[in-house]
Amino acid sequence: MGMLSSTRDWIDARFPMTKMFEEHLSKYYAPKNFNFWYFFGSLALLVLVIQIVSGIFLTMNYKPDAAHAFASVEYIMRDVEWGWLIRYIHSTGASAFFLVVYLHMFRAMLYGSYKGPRELIWIFGMLIYLMLMAEAFFGYLLPWGQMSYWGAQVIISLFGAIPVVGDELALWIRGDFVISDATLNRFFALHVIAVPLVLVALVVMHILALHEVGSNNPDGVDIKKNKDENGIPKDAIPFHPYYTVKDIVGVVVFLMFFSIVVFFIPEGGGYFLEKPNFEPADPLKTPNHIAPVWYFTPFYAMLRAVTIDIGPLTAKFLGVVVMGAAVVILFFLPWLDRSPVKSIRYRGPIYKIMLALFVVAFVVLGWLGTQATTDAKTLMAQIGTAVYFAFFLLMPFYTRIDRTLTVPDRVTG
Amino acid sequence: MSGDGVDTSKRRFLTAAVSVVGGVGAVYTMVPFLASWMPSERAKAAGAPVEADISKLELGQMIRVQWRGKPVWVARRTQSMLADLRELNPQLRDPESDEPQQPPYAQNLGRSIEPEILVLIGLCTHLGCSPGFVPEAEPQPFDQNWKGGFFCPCHGSRFDMAGRVYKGVPAPLNLEVPPHKYISDTLILIGEDKGVV
Amino acid sequence: MKRQLLALLLIVSPGLTLAAGAGVHLDHANIDRTNLESMQRGAKTFVNYCLSCHSAQFQRYNRLARDLEIPEQAVIDNLMFTGDQIGGHMDVALTKADAKRFFGAAPPDLTLVARVRGVDWLYTYMRTFYLDPMRPFGVNNRVFPNVGMPHVLWELQGWQAPVYHTEADANGKDHQVLTDLELVTQGSQTPAEYDRTVRDLVNFLSYMGEPVKLERQRLGIKVLLYLLVFFILAYLLKKEYWKDVH
Repeated sequence: MGMLSSTRDWIDARFPMTKMFEEHLSKYYAPKNFNFWYFFGSLALLVLVIQIVSGIFLTMNYKPDAAHAFASVEYIMRDVEWGWLIRYIHSTGASAFFLVVYLHMFRAMLYGSYKGPRELIWIFGMLIYLMLMAEAFFGYLLPWGQMSYWGAQVIISLFGAIPVVGDELALWIRGDFVISDATLNRFFALHVIAVPLVLVALVVMHILALHEVGSNNPDGVDIKKNKDENGIPKDAIPFHPYYTVKDIVGVVVFLMFFSIVVFFIPEGGGYFLEKPNFEPADPLKTPNHIAPVWYFTPFYAMLRAVTIDIGPLTAKFLGVVVMGAAVVILFFLPWLDRSPVKSIRYRGPIYKIMLALFVVAFVVLGWLGTQATTDAKTLMAQIGTAVYFAFFLLMPFYTRIDRTLTVPDRVTG
Repeated sequence: MSGDGVDTSKRRFLTAAVSVVGGVGAVYTMVPFLASWMPSERAKAAGAPVEADISKLELGQMIRVQWRGKPVWVARRTQSMLADLRELNPQLRDPESDEPQQPPYAQNLGRSIEPEILVLIGLCTHLGCSPGFVPEAEPQPFDQNWKGGFFCPCHGSRFDMAGRVYKGVPAPLNLEVPPHKYISDTLILIGEDKGVV
Repeated sequence: MKRQLLALLLIVSPGLTLAAGAGVHLDHANIDRTNLESMQRGAKTFVNYCLSCHSAQFQRYNRLARDLEIPEQAVIDNLMFTGDQIGGHMDVALTKADAKRFFGAAPPDLTLVARVRGVDWLYTYMRTFYLDPMRPFGVNNRVFPNVGMPHVLWELQGWQAPVYHTEADANGKDHQVLTDLELVTQGSQTPAEYDRTVRDLVNFLSYMGEPVKLERQRLGIKVLLYLLVFFILAYLLKKEYWKDVH
């Protein structure tokens, strides 16, 4: 014990090890009333680690070369010892990442976690989400299957819709007249190093910002208003050990679901690994039905929902604008919400209805994005898009007029 | 919250149990990742046994084949080369081939199945350079009494015509004899020795 | 809590619905990946009838021998062409250029075909070739209209002819609708035997698509059992610590 504590002192004199441990774990005081929805932050961190580790091991056998990429993935699946497991972990991890992040974001909307003074946490979180989308998009090209190829073709063509510079921009992104070896090679570099670096930095900032202002809670109560004689909020408990032991339970339950997918349904019914992606990319033949991976489908559905030209602006361009706006508008949430209360527990019926409609619209749009278009489905997507935007654009009005309940001084458990 | 009435021993036991079980899980999780560095099926297929045809190999000559990416030498020794082997014993580190650098069936004076035919992995046991073949029994810059053998240019290790290492050179061990067997009088299979006693 | 779970279910539900299939009815292949003999017979059919034009460029012979428990010598004697290595892939002698000349399109590699098409599709496809004089090889297919492939298993199945049914469309115009296939020339196998031959072949294709499938599931059970034990301990630990929190 003397040996251990003297080693600790030696390090602490040179590096703030104990100080950091206390600041972020043993003396980080978190509200004691976290519920189910508060598991997803630590789970997102876990999935990030899973993706980085499995990804590093995949790069050891993957070949970012149009002539060898597809075969190298099959090489990993068949010839490399345990390669199949590493690859399924990574492919499942991609979907798990989005699922966890969507639930984490939904938690913020339930309890107003984006509202002041946590605006910057939300902004960093949104940047993480953007980077995650970029990461997923670049990564999806790498297996060089039919879906990889044609999915990337469609997304890059979106940039072609930008007036004046669009075509040049698409050409620049591809580095060729079609998606080719050059595109694959640069996407590989972005996927394995550039974006992950930014992602990790943003995650650090997200957590630092959170620990600066402290965690919100399901009541939206500011726990710092009630402190005991030691200056510790009365409704708080140290993160470690209480939330570490709780999060371990969450992690194990998550790993159970994760393992069920990895070991029993790695293709996720064609949603996690799409069937056409078991065919090598063929620039001469588009698969009959192409759809982005499920986590992009709500935005894809909004893109396709725009079918009319407005003056000189083509439907194609407007679709891209709508899709971009659907993501960008999320950044403004802290300023669109004018409600005096944070948590849904004390909000009035209008917000509850609007949030429910928003969730339904998002899920329905997600489903529509996987489907081939019909007139009825396009109409549904248009309604869904309208609801999606109404939720945000009308928010300054309905949150102000909505009836609210009195927020208690202390958390309700 | 309060620290009163805490069952410390139960708490300590559960903490230990979770740590141990979690640690075991973490170790098992590492297995697939570490094992993925082992030779893949492709490497194994490429490292399959190879055949060496010695029908055209003349006395005092050597051919090279590749097995598992490594150079394998097959040389046909003359009677005088074989006669010199015993004479060299006092100058060698391991003249009786006591170290397990050869399969049991090659633990003899000539370190071979057929006395004439020498089969060796052509990598120096010092740091892995491939030594040169210097069969002529005549004075060499590195040895005035050279009886023929192999000389490693990297760090000057010397080996005789049975791949045995000389004393006073950096290489610690005799050159390795790979597993091999004769499919016929003129065909050697290198990398497999099933059925060879 | 119940409401939250419902919300969760709503959010994940797009991942639970299955993608809608194509219009044609597919017969259930009913394969059994634990049936080694079935896959061994399928391997034989594959080598005899498919491998002359279609490769399986990611499948190694020695892996096949190991997984299907066929002695390597038997694989060398019965399943391999001369010149192939036991550790090599199931490649095809036909070059892509030649294949394109013969068939109009290069026959696709079949290693992963079961993962692209699904086993039910393959099972139905191999059983629904029918005579069609309009096609270059004299046959057409119900699930893959205007397919470029000849009916390579005709010696086994025999020939089927289409049975049409006349239906009026919305405008009152008559259309010929293909409703059934009828065996007009006997093959060397009865229909039941032929179904089994195709089932075995599809079983083998499914094996090639993912050789590791059974191993994966076996490991999955162990991992879940471990997690269950870990969960119980972690839950007890959490409960113990949270006694402090009032």
